[in-house]
Amino acid sequence: MSNVELAPAERAELLRRLVAGELPDSRGRFGPFGGRYAPETLITALERLTEGVQRYLRDPAFQSELAAELKDWVGRPTALSHAPTLSRRWGVEVYLKREDLAHTGAHKINNALGQALLAKRFGAKRVIAETGAGQHGVATAAACARVGIPCIVYMGAVDVLRQAPNVERMVQFGAEVVPVKSGDKTLRAAIDEAFRDWVADPAGSYYLLGSALGPHPYPLLVRELQAVIGREARAQFIERTGGLPDAVFACVGGGSNAIGLFHPLAGDASVALIGIEAGGRSNKLGDNAATLATGRPGVLHGTCSLLLQDADGQVQETHSVSAGLDYPGVGPEHALLQAIGRASYGSATDDEALEALRECCASEGILPAIESAHALAGAKRWARNNAGKKILIGMSGRGDKDMPTLSQVFGGARKILAEAGHD
Amino acid sequence: MTEKNLLPHERISAALRHTTAAGRTALVPYITAGYPHKEQFIATLRAIAQEADVVEVGVPFSDPMADGVTIQRASHAAIASGVSLRWILAELARAAPFAAPIVLMSYLNPLLSFGYAELAAAAIPAGVCGFIVPDLPIEESAEFRSVLEDRGLALIQLVTPATPPERLERLCAASRGFVYAVTTTGITGSGKELPASVGSYLDQVRGLSQLPVCAGFGVRRAEQVRSLAPHADGVIVGSALVEQMESGADPVAFLRALRSA
Repeated sequence: MSNVELAPAERAELLRRLVAGELPDSRGRFGPFGGRYAPETLITALERLTEGVQRYLRDPAFQSELAAELKDWVGRPTALSHAPTLSRRWGVEVYLKREDLAHTGAHKINNALGQALLAKRFGAKRVIAETGAGQHGVATAAACARVGIPCIVYMGAVDVLRQAPNVERMVQFGAEVVPVKSGDKTLRAAIDEAFRDWVADPAGSYYLLGSALGPHPYPLLVRELQAVIGREARAQFIERTGGLPDAVFACVGGGSNAIGLFHPLAGDASVALIGIEAGGRSNKLGDNAATLATGRPGVLHGTCSLLLQDADGQVQETHSVSAGLDYPGVGPEHALLQAIGRASYGSATDDEALEALRECCASEGILPAIESAHALAGAKRWARNNAGKKILIGMSGRGDKDMPTLSQVFGGARKILAEAGHD
Repeated sequence: MTEKNLLPHERISAALRHTTAAGRTALVPYITAGYPHKEQFIATLRAIAQEADVVEVGVPFSDPMADGVTIQRASHAAIASGVSLRWILAELARAAPFAAPIVLMSYLNPLLSFGYAELAAAAIPAGVCGFIVPDLPIEESAEFRSVLEDRGLALIQLVTPATPPERLERLCAASRGFVYAVTTTGITGSGKELPASVGSYLDQVRGLSQLPVCAGFGVRRAEQVRSLAPHADGVIVGSALVEQMESGADPVAFLRALRSA
């Protein structure tokens, strides 16, 4: 657990302010978390971005352009699918919010499109992005192609290998993909490298950060652009079932799909918000990415949040079968939601996630991303003690990009060929 | 230093002024603590302190996002060999005093993890006179600054060519020890040429600062030191020095050559 202890009155007040739209505050604070811990070179650019966020997120012309593109190009609203077989098997009513059906295959496009339109308003000459699973890279590359800005994507060399199909897609969209060989060669090193690029040209480049983390105003900006998931899902759920879900599940890496789903439901006290992190191979430090469960407060990538770190404050390497959850930090709003007791966080192991992925494929004809399968696994476990409840699960993305990993784990084509007598 | 009654942050500015008063440009070398050889840290530091006016000792961090490949490599190697803030402070305390005031350059997280109050207390016997924290902008610095001020330790403020004038004034006023003027946008050790406007930018910083102004980022050669000399009180040499040490060259000879400017 976090060692940030808040008094009950303080918790209630922070929840009230969060629901009232007062958090983050003007300094980017979510109570004890958040802020702007960035190099001096970026401060002016971050202030300019903050002003832009205040202006454009309230500007009717910008909002109508974004809404039109979300509808006609992204394909929103995404469906809310009832999952009858999973419901029967698990003993709860399961509904899936289908971000996997959004253009480019995941929720990432909501943020990438919104920020690309913002970059255009700023007159940016180029867009920089980092990517882990490649979904944010693909979404950014597509959005930049759509709005007409050159795009450069930093991706850890380890992730380039395990998410090769997404690399090809980025290239097709005209992005320059740079494999990052420093540090741990995954998402965290890619973010380090994207910041280094931005520091070189803070005025001409736009850093299109992919998760609800980083220095203020990114956690606010990304949440606002992803909150469309929760607003739609809430309305769809009420329309379909006549009420709110008892519990909502989302996978959490940096936590952008989860915050997009949770934030609009934070004021609905009857709804349990449950985030599922990557439990990896084991609960030993370095074997997972369960930041909210085992992290300590710290500062990484411009924000104060919980962090997987050693006693000296060195950030630890993480492990997860899913590249998109393989991150040692977490967005500051999740750290707040946990500290005030509004959301709870658990984890699912690599094996549990892969098992849930198979079950969802076979039961519902839906191939979730391995990331999203963590939310399924967490929901399945919760269902054991909560028979008859109604639950909403964020299907943050589709699993097409995970084919290299899945064929390695399950055999797939190789197994079929071997059984048919081929080598 | 002979001025025993100076506060630690005053020792930094006094050391720099002592050199500029003699008509020379002060030299502020940076080394990553314990790199390339952990066991030679103190010997190397002693030798470098003889040549320097102030020495920056880098605390390695796993995610040095304002640094280029040289300091990234040095940081990761130092962490792998067991260098930590606790180890650095213990080594410094064992070997203090040094011929020049020491400032620690560190990203925020190792300092946070150590604890501000304990850190400020441990800094004094280690001969550490101040801190440079590249990811701690002034808006987030109140708590650390006040803990340091209680002990007379400096929080050295960085300014950059992207810093607007009114902010520049605020940063210069808040700084202690010296003002660290970053010469270019970008990361350390990028090998970019210094921009043509660097002279007028440094003049502007000097016009606003009561403290000595030291120019850093991209300083590698004697002729650069020469061209910066009219506009800065001192120059900071980091990546170029770490590269010398990495290749096994004598850091003292390199610093002397720079200084011969």
